[in-house]
Amino acid sequence: MIAVVDYRAGNLTSVKKALNHLCADVVVTRDPSVVEQADKIILPGVGHFSVTVVLERSGLQTAIRRRIEQGTPFLGICVGMQWMFESSAEAPGIQGLGLFPGACGRFTENVKSPHVGWNSLTCHEGSRLLRGIPSRSFVYFAHSYSAPVAEATVARCEYGGEFSAAIEQDNLFGVQFHPEKSGPIGLKILENFCGL
Amino acid sequence: MLTKRIIACLDVNAGRVVKGVQFQQLRDAGDPAELAAAHSQAGADEVVLLDISATHEKRATLVDTIRRTARQLFIPFTVGGGIRSLDDANAVFDAGADKISINSAALADPSLITLIAERYGSQAVVVAIDAKCINGEARFEAYVNGGRTPAGRDAVAWAQEAEERGAGEILLTSMDRDGTGAGFDCELTCACSEAVRIPVIASGGGGDTQSFVDVFQRGKADAALAASIFHFGLHRIAELKQELQSVGIPVRWPC
Repeated sequence: MIAVVDYRAGNLTSVKKALNHLCADVVVTRDPSVVEQADKIILPGVGHFSVTVVLERSGLQTAIRRRIEQGTPFLGICVGMQWMFESSAEAPGIQGLGLFPGACGRFTENVKSPHVGWNSLTCHEGSRLLRGIPSRSFVYFAHSYSAPVAEATVARCEYGGEFSAAIEQDNLFGVQFHPEKSGPIGLKILENFCGL
Repeated sequence: MLTKRIIACLDVNAGRVVKGVQFQQLRDAGDPAELAAAHSQAGADEVVLLDISATHEKRATLVDTIRRTARQLFIPFTVGGGIRSLDDANAVFDAGADKISINSAALADPSLITLIAERYGSQAVVVAIDAKCINGEARFEAYVNGGRTPAGRDAVAWAQEAEERGAGEILLTSMDRDGTGAGFDCELTCACSEAVRIPVIASGGGGDTQSFVDVFQRGKADAALAASIFHFGLHRIAELKQELQSVGIPVRWPC
């Protein structure tokens, strides 16, 4: 069972719909005990970095951390990926999970913000999440903040500078783009995650 | 590189896709769910469904239409027309829309933009502006109620206010060009695009490839939206994208 974590920030219909299309066994939940039983966890992200405070208060953060330590595959999408880093300029003083080093930052002044639309990936070798996804594949982004390129980065994207489009380390996965909105390429990435 | 988006628009009346010329003379163009899937297959970067009957007629079939259309659509899907409250927006998001587009209701009560953006994020809020040129000058007035009523607001100033209030994108329609295929209003689009930091989607007047080249280069549009030229097969999106790519405009191709 894949638990899609609902932290009352935005719209989870699209993520659920895409996973259902892939015939995955999906539960959208805000119950920590359901997260504790999940085989895989997805943290979708639409909204503000600070709403992740809800995760802490609801006990979901503790459940997620515990499952991650036990090796359960975890996928953060958009703000869900940013939350895997230490912090974000969007919400100074609020801590991320700190699974990857660094802070998420705003785009430079010389580009429009938010970064909305289809942009291309530069993929690194050996990613399990991006298996079968060639470099220069287009995926759909919608965000105002982005994560730095780190050692665990497996795909980069360029918009007023380079940022992490996808990150992967052991059972931890994150994508800044929206795979549920990225056509066949996005569905393939979700399928890869479901098949781990 | 961030690509320029080609957006297919479905103008829907009572559950059917229709298309008019300058907001009048509606023609039937098919089933929304089928057309949306066809456009996605053909290379559309996004689909917008506008319920053009919404402000004046019943919109009971809308939620069902959205649900059917969203089911097999895995590209961004925007729904507009008749959304007047957070409750209306909730219903549309719940049925499968990724973004909502608001027009008349936002002008009547601009705080609605902020209300929806705080709940769903700015990326989910598109403010649609129907603009008409004033006396042939380079000034544009916003209209409401499906282009029936002048709002007494400068279209560009309104776009700036919408951005400040939390809009994530502006969908800017030239009423003078809508449905004519005579080319987008590059003057209007450029004025708006330079006045805001959020993406501007140009709409109204899309016709031949050159009209799209112009709106991206001279109009500084981030995306261009068209309806009838795609529905009636006048211009296949795949061909359009290949032609845009050949003149150096970045597009998502192959998809």
